[in-house]
Amino acid sequence: MNKKYYPYVLIAPSVLFLLLFFVYPFLEVFVQAFTSSDGQVGFSNFENIFTDYNFLPSLKNTLLLALVVVPVQLCMAIGMSLMISKMKKGRDTVLYILTIPLGVSDLAAGIIWLAILDQNGFLNSFLFSIGIIDQPESWLNYQNPIIIFAAVVVAEIWRATAILLVILVSGIGLIPKEYYEAAEIFGANSWVRLWKVTLPLLRPSLQTALILRTLLAFEVFAVVMLLGGSNMPVLMGETFNWAFNYQDTGAASAYAVVILALSIVFTLFYLRVLRVPKGARI
Amino acid sequence: MLKKIILPILLGSSIASASEIIFYSTQANPLKEADAMRNDVLIDFDGTVKYLPQEAGPFFSRIQAESRTNSVTLGVLGALHGQYPQIKDSLDTVDDVIAALPSVSENATITALGKLGGDHQKYIPWMQATYLMAANKKALPYLPEGANINALTYDQLAQWGQNLTEATGSPKLGFPAGEKGLMHRFIQGYLYPSFTHSVVTDFRSEDAHKMWAYFRGLWKNVNPRSTAYNLMQDPLLTGEVWVAFDHSARLKGAFDQKPNDFIAFPAPSAKYGRGFMPVIAGLAIPKNTPDRAASVKLIKYLSEPNVQIKTLKATGFYPMVDVALPKDLPANVRIAGKAIALQANAPDALPSVLPVGLGNLSGQFNKVYSDTFQQIILRNADIDSVLNRQAKRLKTLINRAKAPCWAPDKESDGPCPIN
Repeated sequence: MNKKYYPYVLIAPSVLFLLLFFVYPFLEVFVQAFTSSDGQVGFSNFENIFTDYNFLPSLKNTLLLALVVVPVQLCMAIGMSLMISKMKKGRDTVLYILTIPLGVSDLAAGIIWLAILDQNGFLNSFLFSIGIIDQPESWLNYQNPIIIFAAVVVAEIWRATAILLVILVSGIGLIPKEYYEAAEIFGANSWVRLWKVTLPLLRPSLQTALILRTLLAFEVFAVVMLLGGSNMPVLMGETFNWAFNYQDTGAASAYAVVILALSIVFTLFYLRVLRVPKGARI
Repeated sequence: MLKKIILPILLGSSIASASEIIFYSTQANPLKEADAMRNDVLIDFDGTVKYLPQEAGPFFSRIQAESRTNSVTLGVLGALHGQYPQIKDSLDTVDDVIAALPSVSENATITALGKLGGDHQKYIPWMQATYLMAANKKALPYLPEGANINALTYDQLAQWGQNLTEATGSPKLGFPAGEKGLMHRFIQGYLYPSFTHSVVTDFRSEDAHKMWAYFRGLWKNVNPRSTAYNLMQDPLLTGEVWVAFDHSARLKGAFDQKPNDFIAFPAPSAKYGRGFMPVIAGLAIPKNTPDRAASVKLIKYLSEPNVQIKTLKATGFYPMVDVALPKDLPANVRIAGKAIALQANAPDALPSVLPVGLGNLSGQFNKVYSDTFQQIILRNADIDSVLNRQAKRLKTLINRAKAPCWAPDKESDGPCPIN
């Protein structure tokens, strides 16, 4: 076989896989979202979900969650990656430890945090044993929506900061040392070097990391389901409910299309805001 | 042993599956119950059965997918009466099987339910249960004066809840309002019938308004963790909740583990009587099943009186056939059995069945009731505006399904009206 075909042959299996298990279902979802239960093409599924009382709360919760979680994670990940890239010894070990939560499935992460925060959980027993509370307190109930939200935020930060970290660590490694040396010669202190050298040159990595993380934030599901249940509806949870509990695939597909639309809008936003002019690429 | 366990492992599942009946069920899904089904109930069957319990959503998906692609592998289906309408078109007619089971067809009302509103038998009644109340004995001294626990009214229940809160400092009533809890059944089969003598027609009536206002008041004495409860046996056992409502199979653990601590009693009554909802599970055969004779054999086996008693021990669901219960039954059967009989035979008993004609809209039908509950009770929305909005949704669903009224609503020609 001609050598120039090798790359195509090698990539063919994964392309086929994606076509079969990603593109095809994706198109199917699109068709279903715009087909009503009696087979007519139109917006009836969207009308159905937009008039549902859980739609606005779930949209609000999802956006708010992304808005709180992503910036916090970004700052933490930048800080952690800067420290790691300065380390001489044990760098890999630290990186491995920090990325452990990444290997835990989100459902398992939800269970872990539920075991901590639940009325019979570790936090309650701890506070009880040191005498701060007299009896187990129930925090995660419908009377405390803010606490549920905070619990989800903490769990999400614990679970998914590492994905930003990994991308940023490799991004920092790509920045040539010469820029720092030049900056030092001109008398830039470390703060100025961070703002004028590291962050601007880290833009492509930041872009990737932010797009990836924000899209994942729109798909948040298992952690919320465990910690909040029906007290904190999110888009992905509603999609699941419509598909399985209410047995309406059309409405579920409409939800999926809404998530997709949000994802596209935010991706375009990041591409625009964090774009790197052609002449400025490393 | 050799035939049932070792050989299939040695030969691999592909060979085993040739003669194996797949028993696919939404019931006896918890690990312990599934285990008991395999090791106690199905073990003596002459043939190989693979018992596969499944959640309702994936259960329907698989049956629909298999029937659509015409490659059916399932042998026998086990599901609730209210779940069958969604897969009605994938079910084989079992007129021949019910004819061969006089001990089951004796109960004509329940057997008729198995026709799913059509002319032919679609499922064979398998086992039955109901929802009832359970209480920790510690709660009994706080019963309101003059109240009879076996003939409680909803007002007395509310008073009891308040007495408990005052005495213990925390709300002690509990409802299964969690993600997988059966709260909607309490609203459909207990609250609505008792307060309005209706489920659909009087959805937003004056009586319904009063009912929600009553329930909002009662909810002040309900443990706020209720929205996390799926099975009430757990909070009863931990003592978070002293008085609870749930499905008999979901209270079973509490009665079995601490038989001396808990009692069961009938649901309360209101203006129109003591609304309650019997739960019927049935066995069906999918169309184009690989070995229909074997499936029929399994259904007949499961209807045998001694197997029905084993099923009762395994799942907490009561026999469909008339059978004398032995003395060595687990505690839950002794405790709940009496309350179930009291509830069904109460002078003001008002039974209501699960909706039949809703097809695959029954999930959305339940959603109307749980959404109404969430908005009025948990999010404190205005009762009338919520009822009006939800009534519109209910109307759309009923009209789409063209479902006529069912008990306790009055019969209707055409779709059940909503006033």
